[in-house]
Amino acid sequence: MKTYEEINAKIESKKAVVLNAEEVIDYVDKKGLEAAAKEVDVVTTATFGPMCSSGCFLNFGHSKPKMRITEGWIDDVLVYSGVAAVDIFLGATQLRHNDPANMYYPGEFRFGGGHVMEKLVAGEKCQLFGLSYGTDDYPRREIRTWFTIDDLNQAIMVNPRNCYQNYNIAINCSDKPIYTYLGHLKPGLKNLTYCSAGQLSPLLNDPLYETIGVGTSIWLAGAKGLVYAEGTQHASKCDRGVNDVPTEGAGTLGLTGDMKKMTPEFVRGVSLKGYGISLAVGVGIPIPILNADILHRTTVRDRDIVAPVIDYAHDYGERTGKVISTLNYEQLKAGEVTVLGRKVEVGSLSSYTKALKIANLLKDEITRGEFLLSKPSQRLPLNQGMKTLEIRKR
Amino acid sequence: MVKKRLLLFFAKDTISTPIVHDLIKEFDLLINIFRAKITPEEEGYLAIDLKGEEESIKKAVIHMTKNGVQVNENFKGVQWEKDHCTACGNCIPHCPTKALYIKDVVTQEVDFDGGLCIGCLSCIANCPFGACSSIF
Repeated sequence: MKTYEEINAKIESKKAVVLNAEEVIDYVDKKGLEAAAKEVDVVTTATFGPMCSSGCFLNFGHSKPKMRITEGWIDDVLVYSGVAAVDIFLGATQLRHNDPANMYYPGEFRFGGGHVMEKLVAGEKCQLFGLSYGTDDYPRREIRTWFTIDDLNQAIMVNPRNCYQNYNIAINCSDKPIYTYLGHLKPGLKNLTYCSAGQLSPLLNDPLYETIGVGTSIWLAGAKGLVYAEGTQHASKCDRGVNDVPTEGAGTLGLTGDMKKMTPEFVRGVSLKGYGISLAVGVGIPIPILNADILHRTTVRDRDIVAPVIDYAHDYGERTGKVISTLNYEQLKAGEVTVLGRKVEVGSLSSYTKALKIANLLKDEITRGEFLLSKPSQRLPLNQGMKTLEIRKR
Repeated sequence: MVKKRLLLFFAKDTISTPIVHDLIKEFDLLINIFRAKITPEEEGYLAIDLKGEEESIKKAVIHMTKNGVQVNENFKGVQWEKDHCTACGNCIPHCPTKALYIKDVVTQEVDFDGGLCIGCLSCIANCPFGACSSIF
């Protein structure tokens, strides 16, 4: 049994034993659970994949004369300005003005909010265009200027939903190609797409939210961020398999961090043909090994994590709840699987390569004594369902 | 027998040169055309694989150059930018020749073998990060 304080003291004296969520599996196998629990202080988890529920709050500072921006665009991407005078919110999935979307199906969606965020983090120059109705104290009615992230007072990333605990595997059972947020799915079960870091993914290593909660310090694209709330659609009341690992979507996290301190490699605009724009962000979350039980849960393997195969041509959109079959992440990573007796090629939208890199970067930071753990101030809801939207006549 | 991939560029005045005929008849080469295009300016591109004796290919390249055809010997159907690729793996089921492939099952690293690429461009349509590009 260890406490957060004891682990942090070891980190500060650069003596903490830190492993990533992949290497801890063999380590515990070799040492035995009880012995390993005494030795290991922290296990690092990570994920890198598209998550549409992303955006950022920017504060521009005041022009002369001052302006209360009521409509605004950055690089022709509409921002939300219904907040304070020079605060705006930029959403990751917002399309560029005049983007034909799916008018010429399937649309290309080459540039949008996610790409503006990528440009900002990369330090590139962006254009602000703003309009206002003008007031006595904010007389300016129009502005066009170029800026970089360094010119802003604050650039705070917000992910109302990230780190989905587990996720659907999308397939197409129809006779036409379909274009989804899980990519281009060929007709007749030719290919499928999954999206999870599996055994490296944060909430699959802490399935009951024993250490990851509101207030947990995280690594967000290279910056120090935190879990600020349960993520939207957090649905912890779900089917669970071996060691309480969910076998469907389940829990999510709301994340935030300072974009000015982020690394461009881990903040990437996403274009999904026929679907739209998104943003991929790299997240690393440390799990303190407070006891053997917590360590045991971090030794979850790809083969023990299963996800549901869903027909995105019909069952997903129509909310039928039908699951075609289940597959585990070891099967998926092999590149070819069998669904309904057919051989299906596997694609993914979550990068295991990047997740592994992030888990190791976080491991290095902790080992060097540069990243301390924080005890959550609130546990995430453990038995919460998800509501649907009913269409009513008043 | 060796195989060589070339991109041939035909200026307006060379567009009617029957160069493929020469490659087969005069130099005894096996050819495989995988992309050809004439622009509205009446310039032409031809992406081609030549298979034959090394010496014959060398002579054929000299012959084409003499006839005003620009020969690009460092041509790749698709440019894959390693640094831009996140190794998400979304392209994998869309690449028909496995030119884009998972190099390591454990780390799921993605790699590109330009020699296998036939320039179908499906990776360009399917890469969420714009890591693939092509002159076509």
